[in-house]
Amino acid sequence: MPKLPIPAALRRPAKPGERKNGARVNGGGDGSGRDQVIGRAKEAPVDVVAWVDERTGASPFLTGMLLRKVPKGTNWFYTLGSATLFAFAMQAVTGVFLAMYYVPSATEAYDSITHLTNDVFLGEFVRGLHKWGSTLMIILIFLHMGRTFFFGAYKYPRELQWVIGVVILILTLVMGLTGYLLPFDQRSYWATIVAMNITASGPVVGPYLADFLRAGAEFGGTTLPRFYAVHMLLVPGAMIALIGAHLFLVVRLGTTAPPWVRSDPQPKSVRAEKIGGPKT
Amino acid sequence: MTRRTVFAVGGQAAGAAAASIVLLPVVGFALAPIFDRPEEAWEGVGSPDEFTDDTYRQAVITQTPGIGDSGKTTVYIRQGSAVLDENPDEYIAISTRCAHLGCPVRFTPAAGTFICPCHGGVYDFEGKVIGGPPVRPLDRFQTRIVGSELQVGPRYSVTSQLEPVRARDPGEFTGGIWEYLYPPRPTTPAPPS
Repeated sequence: MPKLPIPAALRRPAKPGERKNGARVNGGGDGSGRDQVIGRAKEAPVDVVAWVDERTGASPFLTGMLLRKVPKGTNWFYTLGSATLFAFAMQAVTGVFLAMYYVPSATEAYDSITHLTNDVFLGEFVRGLHKWGSTLMIILIFLHMGRTFFFGAYKYPRELQWVIGVVILILTLVMGLTGYLLPFDQRSYWATIVAMNITASGPVVGPYLADFLRAGAEFGGTTLPRFYAVHMLLVPGAMIALIGAHLFLVVRLGTTAPPWVRSDPQPKSVRAEKIGGPKT
Repeated sequence: MTRRTVFAVGGQAAGAAAASIVLLPVVGFALAPIFDRPEEAWEGVGSPDEFTDDTYRQAVITQTPGIGDSGKTTVYIRQGSAVLDENPDEYIAISTRCAHLGCPVRFTPAAGTFICPCHGGVYDFEGKVIGGPPVRPLDRFQTRIVGSELQVGPRYSVTSQLEPVRARDPGEFTGGIWEYLYPPRPTTPAPPS
């Protein structure tokens, strides 16, 4: 019988009742070699998954997450969170590729954006995805928040999930603000000036916050790199961590039924069951 | 105190020390530019004879060197006017940075006013607010004459009565209690007396 080129480590250990070479006693049709090989080939992916699972214990977690029960009445509104996650992933991927061409310097940023948009193959498309994707993500995250609010899904025991979601919302808006400066055209320059001066107009701490944002008293050479670092490293890192926590709580606590779906009627009390009485 | 507690607390303390060795310099690194004292820069804008007391002339000065056009700003300059109780030997340099949120204002000679394109702030000939959302008059720059050249220097803000105070960001009130609610940057130069 020909041996499949599966390394010994990947091979399923022989179970009781199996021969040492891995072929099943009753495994292969009429028992011919060809059927045995096909039978084993069909099981190869299972074996690989089993190898990983045996060493990570991931399958209970994955089945618990992917095959979890959802309440009656779950509908399309429940996809808004996943849609927001998709928008975030799209921003992350397109952002990585934009970073390959972008130069975060006050004198070169605009030229690098022009080059990226006009000369680079599909550059306009990737930049367009990133630009419109940012708007899409903000719309989706607000819709997701509205769904949660109007369905009452923020109530016990999901308050912490709401709080984390609000922080993610704020960070999304920070991404919008810091990303707006990066093309460094007239619009983004003056919009950022206005945004920093709005920050400065808060009493007592405002002036210091504005100084921190623009790295000094005036819009200077380090302002743009600072916004760039916040936009592509600091805030995305925090967002990924918070989205992870948010998803963990989704898996752990499950989703709520929409408010118009009534919960199951309470089970009859022992008294009602035994001697009859008012149905509850 | 048990041996176990000593080692637990000691281990935590060592970890905290190691973390702060990294974090404190990083935070200081991010905050450092706030405490930079920019060099007091004076820039020539031409001969004093070019400026009159009845209208403004534009000049472009470099506010932040090294970042190209985005470091430049426009200044409106005129001679002190006797009609407005000013010293004719002094020159008034008005910043184009709107006192609302920092958009660039433009002087309209026909109306004798400064108008901001962003949110409709209007200032009179002296830079006092006569309409819209700005919270104080337009900022000014110190001026001096060196030889036969008029020079423009550090920025300062003014109160609603045009008394000089230390420079503030747009959107911040000046004068009275506002001097404490919007503290000036520690490194801003003193206003002219």
